[in-house]
Amino acid sequence: MSSIGTGYDLSPTTFSPDGKVFQVDYATKAVDNSGTAIGIKCKDGVVLGVQKLVISKMLVHGSNRRIQTVDKHAGIAYAGLCPDGRQIVNRARQEAANYKSFYGDMIPAQTLADRISSFVHLFTLYWYVRPFGVGSLLACYDKEGPQLYHVEPSGVSYRYYGAAIGKGRQAAKTEIERLKLGELSCREAVMHIAKIIYQVHDEAKDKQFELELSWVCDESNKMHQKVPDELHKVAEAAAKAALEEDMQD
Amino acid sequence: MDKIEAPHTGTTIIAVTYDGGIVIGCDTRVSIGNFISNRASDKITPLCENVFLARSGSAPDTQIVSDIVRHMVHQHSIEMETNPEVKTVANLCMQITYNNKGANHGHGLSAAMLCAGWDKYLGGQVFALPIGGSMISVPWGIDGSGSTYIWGFLDAEFKENMTREEAESFCITAISLAMARDGSSGGMVRLVTVNEQGAFRKLTTCQELDTFHEDMDVRGLQNGLSGMVV
Repeated sequence: MSSIGTGYDLSPTTFSPDGKVFQVDYATKAVDNSGTAIGIKCKDGVVLGVQKLVISKMLVHGSNRRIQTVDKHAGIAYAGLCPDGRQIVNRARQEAANYKSFYGDMIPAQTLADRISSFVHLFTLYWYVRPFGVGSLLACYDKEGPQLYHVEPSGVSYRYYGAAIGKGRQAAKTEIERLKLGELSCREAVMHIAKIIYQVHDEAKDKQFELELSWVCDESNKMHQKVPDELHKVAEAAAKAALEEDMQD
Repeated sequence: MDKIEAPHTGTTIIAVTYDGGIVIGCDTRVSIGNFISNRASDKITPLCENVFLARSGSAPDTQIVSDIVRHMVHQHSIEMETNPEVKTVANLCMQITYNNKGANHGHGLSAAMLCAGWDKYLGGQVFALPIGGSMISVPWGIDGSGSTYIWGFLDAEFKENMTREEAESFCITAISLAMARDGSSGGMVRLVTVNEQGAFRKLTTCQELDTFHEDMDVRGLQNGLSGMVV
């Protein structure tokens, strides 16, 4: 399915004859080949989950987080090149802080998503920079309620009920679409996301992974934070058990 | 060499919350020293559909603040695709007054304002923006030179959750009392009421206003004396 863009793929400032900017497409591939990230918007909040592939047994558990808080009411989970992801989070934090200082209020979700998109898009316009190789899932709970946005390396952003990016996204999307998202609570979504991430993890191909979970919901007082430890443990145990069941069938 | 005084909105302005919205009131006198340069000015300026600014202090200072804030609010509302919240607009006014303390050779802006309006999240709100660049949310606010004479009236007579009619006649009374004692306030009373239905202007002319002069008759004239105490 991948087309070779020989000659037209050297710079983001070159279009191919069929209208593609290959450098942006290649950036998307960086996202597609990384650990899965999932976001689900429920009736009382948004839950984010990441399959964080650990490269070494010597890594301290909980380091190199792939979900980061942007402001009290917002967080981002990213997939792709992690250093690029950190830059995007930094910029998002600045935008949120700047908005708060100027307008005296928390940045609305749509505005934050637009600012991040514009920033990412900027890097697809000039030859002396490269596009971000990161897909960002933005979870934000503002006055209009909980919202989930996905910002792609091209700089486009969409608002979703449920989204999945990274290598397990096809299988994850199928599972997410089965859920009745309009009726789901965040506690239930946490269990589902843990289960889906365990499901899409390929024991043979992938290394060990850590499950990162965060939410911003009514229970967390509309603040973005890690899912509480006991719920995290329960979700992981249930996910592992579900996997065992499947394997026994 | 005489210094030319900038037009001074020696003024009385008031803004009160009522059950369902806010009412802003002002007098209409603008003076340059002793000369009344405008006896029918409008000191209540729209910043957007649902938020107004009552201005007192230096006329050019407050006009430039309202012009800049109106511009910023317009751009902001385009990005937000909705009317702004009252506290956002008030915050922008505060940013300008606070960050320009070095203006005018360090005197800073002479702008004492009340920013009030209605939004769907918190309903009617009044923000006081006194000189110096602070901002505070209040159930009622007054400012301007005439306000000094009516603090007691407001303290004693303001009630929460008035009806719209009560709030409007309350503001007219307050401004009239101030105009009766403050030489720099006078003319007519302009009111703007903002609620969920929108913004509504009302003008009360001099003839309709209570001047509070009934007790000013000179005594003793019936006896042919001049009224002087001997």
